[in-house]
Amino acid sequence: MSNIVAKTGNEAMAEAMRQINPDVVAAYPITPATEIVQIFSTFVNDGKVDTIFVPTESEHSAISACIGAAAGGARVMTSTSSQGLALMHEILYITAGLRLPMVICEVNRALSAPINIHCDHSDTMGSRDAGWIQIFSEDSQEAYDQTILAMKISEELFFPVMVTTDGFIISHAMSRLEVFDDKEVQSYVGEHKTPYNVLDIDNPITVGSLVLQDYYMEIKTQQAHEMMKAKEKIKELYADFNKKMKRNYSIIEEYFMEDAEFAIVALGSTAGTARYLCEKLREKGEKVGVVKPRIFRPFFAPEMVAILENVKGIAVLDRSDMMSSTGGHLFNELKSSFYRNSKQPAMKDYIYGLGGRDITVGDIENVLKDIKDFSNSKETTPDVKYITVRE
Amino acid sequence: MTTIKDLANKGNLFTQGHRACAGCGGTVILRLLMAAAGKDTVVVGATGCMEVVSTIYPYTAWNVPFLHNAFENSAATASGVESAYRALLKRKKTDKKINFIAFGGDGGTYDIGIQSLSGAMERGHNLLYVCYDNGAYMNTGIQRSSATPMGSSTTTSPAGSVVKGKMQNRKDLTEIMVAHNLKYAAQASLSNWSDFVSKVEKALAVDGPTFINVLSPCPLGWGYDTSLSIELSRLAVETHFWPVYEYEDGKYKINIKPKQVKPLEDFLFKQARFKHLKNEPELVEEIKKSVEEKWNCLLQKESSCK
Ligand SMILES: Cc1ncc(C[n+]2csc(CCOP(=O)(O)OP(=O)(O)O)c2C)c(N)n1
Repeated sequence: MSNIVAKTGNEAMAEAMRQINPDVVAAYPITPATEIVQIFSTFVNDGKVDTIFVPTESEHSAISACIGAAAGGARVMTSTSSQGLALMHEILYITAGLRLPMVICEVNRALSAPINIHCDHSDTMGSRDAGWIQIFSEDSQEAYDQTILAMKISEELFFPVMVTTDGFIISHAMSRLEVFDDKEVQSYVGEHKTPYNVLDIDNPITVGSLVLQDYYMEIKTQQAHEMMKAKEKIKELYADFNKKMKRNYSIIEEYFMEDAEFAIVALGSTAGTARYLCEKLREKGEKVGVVKPRIFRPFFAPEMVAILENVKGIAVLDRSDMMSSTGGHLFNELKSSFYRNSKQPAMKDYIYGLGGRDITVGDIENVLKDIKDFSNSKETTPDVKYITVRE
Repeated sequence: MTTIKDLANKGNLFTQGHRACAGCGGTVILRLLMAAAGKDTVVVGATGCMEVVSTIYPYTAWNVPFLHNAFENSAATASGVESAYRALLKRKKTDKKINFIAFGGDGGTYDIGIQSLSGAMERGHNLLYVCYDNGAYMNTGIQRSSATPMGSSTTTSPAGSVVKGKMQNRKDLTEIMVAHNLKYAAQASLSNWSDFVSKVEKALAVDGPTFINVLSPCPLGWGYDTSLSIELSRLAVETHFWPVYEYEDGKYKINIKPKQVKPLEDFLFKQARFKHLKNEPELVEEIKKSVEEKWNCLLQKESSCK
């Protein structure tokens, strides 16, 4: 049975955490994710969860404590954003390298400098190579559902997972939320699974060894292979979630893609804006579609190509830049996915929304016009454009 | 009092076969620490010599659960393990009594790890933190730390023709720990092994965070013959360079008061890191002055808290 409530993205994630009732949450506040820890600590102090809450003195210590707790066999969650995720950076790799299950509720926010508290994806993208599974959410509902699903994915695959929302746009926007009963969530997540346990004093093990030239390569290759295998398992776990929890999520969402000539590819909340525009344009007979990858890591390259290869032009919307002169993260991922593909639609990157710069329906309409011109022209460059920038 | 025989009978929880240098003080500290703590102990170690020499994959010197995370976060990591344990207790999934110990070198403790340590101590986790203070970053090749004694030559504070080694005084970490309102904080020296062992036992009996700072002679970093490690530990105590004391329930106690205080030179000039000071009598005087000031201050604290 499900209930309808109104919640912000942060409230939705905190609610998912309450229902998961993790053993340990170690966290540190940062805008726009602060509320998640605040709300959760009221759950703790009101006795609504059994969790041991560890209010650390930094994000670095928060995730370090999470590692300790997870290695001690606990079900562990935390939450952060932006500078906080950047401060965790070193330990993100260690979490994944130690194959510890863990879920971070991450609220996407720009990185300094200049300091800015609003949404873009530079923080999450900055940790894309850390070995975490990265899931984007378009709205509170997805944030809530995917937080619960992430716990399962993490414990089934022994990969840490970050579930993201867009700062303020989702984290602070009140919307309709269909919540599960506590029992449903508890029975879905089930008994905690742990790869090993340092609290098992009768079977002592050493975790976090120094591994040199003789074994490091094998261990990292194994981790990489497990990430490759994770792709099929993630698909299965999404299907399993849909079945058990009566939802209808796919790993890549497609809108009007059956006969689309032009496609917009976007992560998170912007996909909703793009979809709205496409609905309007479809009424006018324009063959445009939207592709929204939910999962950025691992990257579902062949699946993306299969969806997109028949269009004439692909407009990639990137809310982050790589500062490499070659555009943003999603664009670079997609471009390399198309390498040696027989069909090569035109593709262009539109970097938008940095530091919370608004992106409107009109802005995306301009993007569509531009990608049409670009694909009709003989030009292949420039294929990166910064949009909604003050002249 | 625990005898050597008692300790030997506790089994090898930190075993032979590790890759430490001959004469390494750190490994002796770990061996005594584990003998005192016993097998129902989980250890978290910071990056540094002791972690490196004891866990080269696929081998380990640890016969208790051992977790290494990174350089600056052994205290935070241990606070997480201890929290997992409390979660188990709360859910009634265990009734075992487990000790939690985190350790780090002076670099991992005084410097890069001080924030993580301070946070874990302030939060009141039930864990013992042990710093093995060898007075520099030995693992990366003897760079200065905030525990490096004044005048000491390290690879980042070399004794040059103008600047004669490290020009700053040591940070007093033990007192910083005392300022965290710990129920128990202490300094120990390998020369007084039974004192160290009983300090570990005391600390582990406390419900709450505790701290022990142990001087850790390093033949390579300090520049002395590998046979002299314990001798140097003793000289450090007998010259007042390294006071052996404890802070327990608000009271100070200096555990070892040398009957005959030896001149600091006896400690300094057995080590290559100070040998350039032979030509720097003024600097030696300054170092002596600060060592004596510390000692007197400690005496005062001891008498005023009685
Ligand atoms: C964040 C980070 N910075 C630097 C290092 C490199 N590093 C490894 S061990 C070490 C020094 C350790 O010194 P200390 O804590 O005094 O222990 P010791 O090596 O003397 O046993 C350094 C600088 C690291 N591993 N991580």
